[in-house]
Amino acid sequence: MPLPRLIPCLDVAGGRVVKGVRFQELRDVGDPVELGAAYSDGGADELVFLDISATLSSSAAAVGVAARVAEHVTIPFTFGGGIRTVVDATALLEAGADKISVNSAALARPELISELARSLGSQAVVVAIDTERGRVRSHAATRDAARGTVEWARECEARGAGELLVTSIDRDGTQDGYDLEQLSALRDAVSLPVIASGGAGNAGHVAAALEVAQAALLASILHENPARLVSLRDELRDLGVPLRDAA
Amino acid sequence: MTSVAIARYGAGNVRSVELAVGRLGAEVVDDLGDADLAVLPGVGSARSAMEGLGPAADVLRERHARGRAILGICLGLQLALDESAEDGGVAGLGIVPGRAVRLESERVPRIGWATVDPGGDAYWFAHSYEAVTDSTVATSEGHAAIVEHGSFVGVQFHPEKSGAAGLRFLERCLSRV
Repeated sequence: MPLPRLIPCLDVAGGRVVKGVRFQELRDVGDPVELGAAYSDGGADELVFLDISATLSSSAAAVGVAARVAEHVTIPFTFGGGIRTVVDATALLEAGADKISVNSAALARPELISELARSLGSQAVVVAIDTERGRVRSHAATRDAARGTVEWARECEARGAGELLVTSIDRDGTQDGYDLEQLSALRDAVSLPVIASGGAGNAGHVAAALEVAQAALLASILHENPARLVSLRDELRDLGVPLRDAA
Repeated sequence: MTSVAIARYGAGNVRSVELAVGRLGAEVVDDLGDADLAVLPGVGSARSAMEGLGPAADVLRERHARGRAILGICLGLQLALDESAEDGGVAGLGIVPGRAVRLESERVPRIGWATVDPGGDAYWFAHSYEAVTDSTVATSEGHAAIVEHGSFVGVQFHPEKSGAAGLRFLERCLSRV
């Protein structure tokens, strides 16, 4: 298995990085390219940019951000938010993104996953799943998607998804620890890599998630502070997590 | 200045390759036949890639016959083989004897950073198929990571997305041409 991955997540709205607790109370925390490059220098294994303003798509702006990131960052990055078609996704990959992430659009029309996998290859297709008590939530977690999380994960895999980015909504931003029970259920249900998201408060939480999942998405725990990533990596190494030597 | 031509056939990582070789001071040119180094990038499916390559396939075969350097990246490595098991079987360029087969791994796609030996550096991989060939010169967790056959070098990982280690690898490729 490849090494466990640490993936800082930058929520983007209006071309700026923002942060909110439980998808509410957004505040501006910086420039996506500057923060992304700083996290890359701090030893991030990948980056995820989620355009949370993109539900009424600003796809040209998203492509612009992806292009600027690609010019300054030499590690892989995923772009998500507002992608509804193969054309949207292709533009982001052509700008330099390595993967795209879909969520509500795939729930509304699951064939989108198959189309993206056929056109871009499975390795470029991440399906983000927002989950609460074993059920999938959609539209920035504001609606019940009328699907069980494990059932939806299996359908994503069957349709050609390459990775699952699983956010536990009730943990998101709380720093109370990842939902290990849900992550374990998903690990056993699919053979895709799973990226754990929601609830990281300390290195012990991250280490525990990496026992179950192949990667950990990091948001609140970093406080938008790349120096925190460096110290977190040291703490994880002390806990025996075999991280990449990024030198 | 070293000139690099990138085969353009709709592969998603062309821009990243272009940026990476640009960072190393190489000049990106259009002529796939005459550049100092030709890069065959690639993400996506073998069938659509071979269809997309069109006349570039013969240019690359001729280049290899003349001993001019070619670097295949990820799917670009797999396309250089005789065939791929993807989509029920797809004929490759036949530059390197061997075939691409479905990856046997605990999690597929195999995504992330993994050590390549000999060498010991970690690079970023993202693949569901792997090369099986006697021309393998370095492996990663038992999978072909670097393949060399005549003037062709193929890598299963993405040097253009592998941070400092990836740029060092590309620099070595450029210094050899």
